Amino acid sequence: MKLVTAVIKPHKWDEVREALASAGVAGMTVTEAMGYGQQKGHTEVYRGAEYDVVLVPKVRLEVVVDEMDVDMVVDTITRSAQTGKIGDGKVWVVPVESVVRVRTGEIDEAAL
Amino acid sequence: MDTGDTAWILASAALVLLMTPGLAFFYGGMTRSKSVLNMMMMSFAALAIVPVLWVLYGYSFAFSPGGSGLLGGFDRLGFDNVGVNTAYGTIPEFVFAGFQLMFAIITIALISGSIADRARFAGWIVFVIVWATVVYFPVAHWVFDFGDHGGWIATKLEALDFAGGTAVHINAGAAGLALALVLGRRTGWKRDPMRPHNLPFVLLGAGLLWFGWFGFNAGSAVGANGLAGLAFVNTAVATAAAIVGWIAYELIKEKKGTSLGAASGAVAGLVAITPAAGALSPFGSVILGLVAGVLCAWAVSWKWKLGIDDSLDVVGVHLVGGLVGTLLIGFLATSNPGGVSVDGLFYGGNADQLGKQVIAAAAVLAYSFVLTYVIGMIIDKTIGFRLDEESEVTGIDQVEHLESAYDYAGSTGGSPFKTGA
Repeated sequence: MKLVTAVIKPHKWDEVREALASAGVAGMTVTEAMGYGQQKGHTEVYRGAEYDVVLVPKVRLEVVVDEMDVDMVVDTITRSAQTGKIGDGKVWVVPVESVVRVRTGEIDEAAL
Repeated sequence: MDTGDTAWILASAALVLLMTPGLAFFYGGMTRSKSVLNMMMMSFAALAIVPVLWVLYGYSFAFSPGGSGLLGGFDRLGFDNVGVNTAYGTIPEFVFAGFQLMFAIITIALISGSIADRARFAGWIVFVIVWATVVYFPVAHWVFDFGDHGGWIATKLEALDFAGGTAVHINAGAAGLALALVLGRRTGWKRDPMRPHNLPFVLLGAGLLWFGWFGFNAGSAVGANGLAGLAFVNTAVATAAAIVGWIAYELIKEKKGTSLGAASGAVAGLVAITPAAGALSPFGSVILGLVAGVLCAWAVSWKWKLGIDDSLDVVGVHLVGGLVGTLLIGFLATSNPGGVSVDGLFYGGNADQLGKQVIAAAAVLAYSFVLTYVIGMIIDKTIGFRLDEESEVTGIDQVEHLESAYDYAGSTGGSPFKTGA
């Protein structure tokens, strides 16, 4: 099993969710996040005082998937979140040792 | 006594009272979310304390007829010698006293903008009591008491100050500067972002101030008459012109107009027209407003160069705006609409009036700055005025008031950040 984490542009979130749902991904955890990479923040001005707002709002989504679905999920996220401009975000994959479904106590693949 | 005059001053007094909660919103929106309650509470502390002082001795020190040019007398202590039939001009003295009380409240509340986020509340309460007693009541007497033993600025110097450019705005502005120096800069000033947390609050506050200011200025005619009408129109148009001036300045510098600039321009215009509301024509008021808007928009940048954390620009808006209004009377005053009998330099008059305006402005500025600095230092050295750094970083609302303005954690569903019972 793998944990797929993606940081994407907030306005692409709906497309990504629909694409993942069509691909059979049943659930995920989503958080509002702040960060920066190549995309810089912006400048705000209050009574002439300029503030550099460094952090850019992002959506971070996490989904634990079966080994054989990893490439498909990463590909689905990449395609649906892409605008081609800087700030589109990142997707990364890390191994997961075990998963337990709290309601039933099922473990690993059965818990996904 | 005139019932029309009485009715208008009663209504005006209520309008001026509303300015202080309005100011609380104007200032509160400009602070960070962790200190909005403290900022608003500083205004409410003035609302709570000053009326009590007013009854005990404030009104007497400001307006009792038994005094000198520097201070009122003692025969109005506890509102002694005032009854429902006691007249002040064409209105009952109680009505005049109620109206003037509201000026004392807001003048003190205005000062709080320079010390956002970092003033111990106990220190502020002591400051309100001492400052009202030692600075406001005497200065109000100088400027607003036109009686037989009236104030020296009103009756001897005869500088023009219709509604308080000196006694309210230069006074509060100079005091704000002194307190900003006494308390020092906020932790992280210039390094951490200190953006306004709620600009709609700021705009709401500016709107309430503008509304209430019609009572402040048109009420200062102390009658329901043509002079009140002139002051009303001048207040409306100078404020509008100052918004135009402030936004124009921003458009040239930043290429964009900001909502904070619009709200600030409105207040700058209101401040500037306060002393001049009865002395100018509506056209002169537009000129005054434009000048105040541009000049105050520039003035709020000075603190960054001077290294003074006048947090919400009490100096840039009230001191500078008050000076603009008080001094421009020397140029723009006109006897044409009949509000005053003098003409300024631009209307064929001589420089006499300008000289009087300079003396009045300088006297109030110097008196307020020096005494406020001394009062602030004494409070800081005795009970302590400046909040400790850890409390300041945590947030003054939590530390000084045991409250948070906004319950972010409770906005959806269950939360791990619940409070215990």
